[in-house]
Amino acid sequence: MHLEKVIFGFFILLALTVNFGFFLGEIDNPDHHNVYELYAALVISLIATVMKFGERTQIGALLLAASLVADLQLIAAAVVWAVAVHVTGSGLTPMVMASIVSLSGGALLANLVSTVLLTVESARLQR
Amino acid sequence: MTSVIPLILRRMRAPLLVLISAYSVAVLGFTLIPGVDDAGNPWRMSFFHAFYVVSYTGSTIGFGEVPYAFSNAQRLWTMVSIYLTVVSWLYAVGTIISLVRDRAFRAALEESRLRHSVKHLQEPFNLICGYGDTGSLLVRAFTERNRRVVVLDPRPDRIDALSIRELPLHVPALLLDARNPENLVHAGLQSRWCMSLLAVTDDDRANLKVALTSKLLNPTLPVICRAETSEAEANMASFGTDHIINPNHRFADRLSMAIHTPDMHRIHAWLSGVPNLDLPEHPQPPLGTWIICGYGRLGRAVHRALREGGIDTVIIDEEPDTNGCPPGTVKGKGTEAKTLEQAGIAGATALLACTVDDADNLSIIMTARDIKPDIFLVARENRLANKPLYQAAAADIIVEPSYILTSSILSILNTPLLSEFLKLARREPVQCHTELVERIRAVADGKVPESWTIRISQNRAPAIAKALELGERIPLGSIVRDPGNRDQQLSCLPLVLSRNSDCTLLPDAETDLESGDRILFCGSARAFHRMQNNLQNLNALRYVHTGEVRPDGLLWRALARRKKARRDAAMEQADS
Repeated sequence: MHLEKVIFGFFILLALTVNFGFFLGEIDNPDHHNVYELYAALVISLIATVMKFGERTQIGALLLAASLVADLQLIAAAVVWAVAVHVTGSGLTPMVMASIVSLSGGALLANLVSTVLLTVESARLQR
Repeated sequence: MTSVIPLILRRMRAPLLVLISAYSVAVLGFTLIPGVDDAGNPWRMSFFHAFYVVSYTGSTIGFGEVPYAFSNAQRLWTMVSIYLTVVSWLYAVGTIISLVRDRAFRAALEESRLRHSVKHLQEPFNLICGYGDTGSLLVRAFTERNRRVVVLDPRPDRIDALSIRELPLHVPALLLDARNPENLVHAGLQSRWCMSLLAVTDDDRANLKVALTSKLLNPTLPVICRAETSEAEANMASFGTDHIINPNHRFADRLSMAIHTPDMHRIHAWLSGVPNLDLPEHPQPPLGTWIICGYGRLGRAVHRALREGGIDTVIIDEEPDTNGCPPGTVKGKGTEAKTLEQAGIAGATALLACTVDDADNLSIIMTARDIKPDIFLVARENRLANKPLYQAAAADIIVEPSYILTSSILSILNTPLLSEFLKLARREPVQCHTELVERIRAVADGKVPESWTIRISQNRAPAIAKALELGERIPLGSIVRDPGNRDQQLSCLPLVLSRNSDCTLLPDAETDLESGDRILFCGSARAFHRMQNNLQNLNALRYVHTGEVRPDGLLWRALARRKKARRDAAMEQADS
């Protein structure tokens, strides 16, 4: 067992699961989507990105790209949230909530790709 | 750039992880800790406010307690987050700075930048290995002619000297050892734009290795090599190095040419000199006894050349036994009057100072002149930087190995037919040389003449190629006429004509040109430019060839047609 690999895989999986937790629920209902979950998803996604830095393999580059996409989507979701609540003052209307959740849905997809790539790579190494 | 970015990312991994963790803990803490708003109601920060507070605290800006005054619990957490975030920032910034100052990192950055610039060189360039005196003369000569070079040298001080030099073109200077084949490939050895490889380091082994690498990895690339010893020369020739230049042999050869056939030497010096300087009248070295101080490589080469020419020599050397000097050698340096007198300076006509130390050489010629003011003095200049001293000491001939190398390399690259011409001319009898000197002097007009090669081909001389295609006979004499006034000859002289690997010395004006001919000319720069007209422009060629001025362009052609039609009609009328 390789501790570095465990931590690496842990963060990539955690980014996926936390993101999924936030995404779950009715798309336009603010009660179903906790702000702390979005926060956790964003922080973990950032950490996962940094862990992928400096990988020279082809698959490492793809993993990094997927992570950057997830970060971008989650940051966009957080910015939409902050603007809706604090800048325009419109609050979490169903429309705003739907766009936040769908952005995080995009991030979810990117995280899914990351996980699949990681699985593929480790499966290939085992053989 | 490929190797630099992953390097930065890998080094920044730990600091960034620390920074993200510190920020996330601090932000989370602020959103959880209860506070009180201005109306006294319980209030908790949103993520937006928390991130705002942490951002200005972490970067040590500190706007104070925003949006409401903090509760004591919040102040406690503020203290924790200040230490957390500020320390992680310092760590991250410190890592970046140490990375930027890291020598290995800077070397990687510089190297990747240079490789990039070599890889993207999209025009012909020459690869120079070794940036000593010869290398720097070559770089100047090439860049002044607007030609690209790439330089390799393993010594940092030389590469630094090159990078601060003011040159008309950017010269990629790679701090790499040319003996390593991989480095040569990085410098563009296999690039299709690489025109030639010049190995001019002062180490024969290194030059040999470079030539060998090049012949194995890119066999068609012309290689010009410097060699100091005959063994290295033979070795380089054995695997097909295109040109090998031994500066000592070249000089010895030229010296004996100057003694025995001064006119031939003059032709040689004029045609291989730097154009547009005043035409030098070289002093003629005398016959009679020569004293050679220092039996090194140059001394040995000159000794052999003089002996073959039947000239007596006396050698002065510090260690005659170990250096294998011929019998009769005087032991000593030559810097003292005693040694020189012992060598018989009173009866000698000329002296060559060729020790490896410039101070010794200068001292020798000063002493020799003191003893015998009219003696002919030749001195070897080891370092280009000492040139002013040699000029002030007024030696009759100054031997500069780096200059000999540079001019030989340039004439090989610029005018490949020149060496062919010189070889042919040398076989001619002496009166031919005298005649040739007068003819060159006539076209040169007091300046060192330019020499250039023309080639009768579709690309280089489209007008002539077209005329030949139409079955016209074009004699050589036609193209040396002035396209402005065909009765005047251009001030140039056709030196040699090369056709199907046969060379004709001083071709006749009646010689008909054929496709594929190469002709070497010497003459003024003006003649060179005017001649281009004859080669490129069909109208100019027609004029110098036949004397007929034919109008060109749509309007003039139409007018000419009408004029001709009218004339034809008039003639028909006259006939009937």
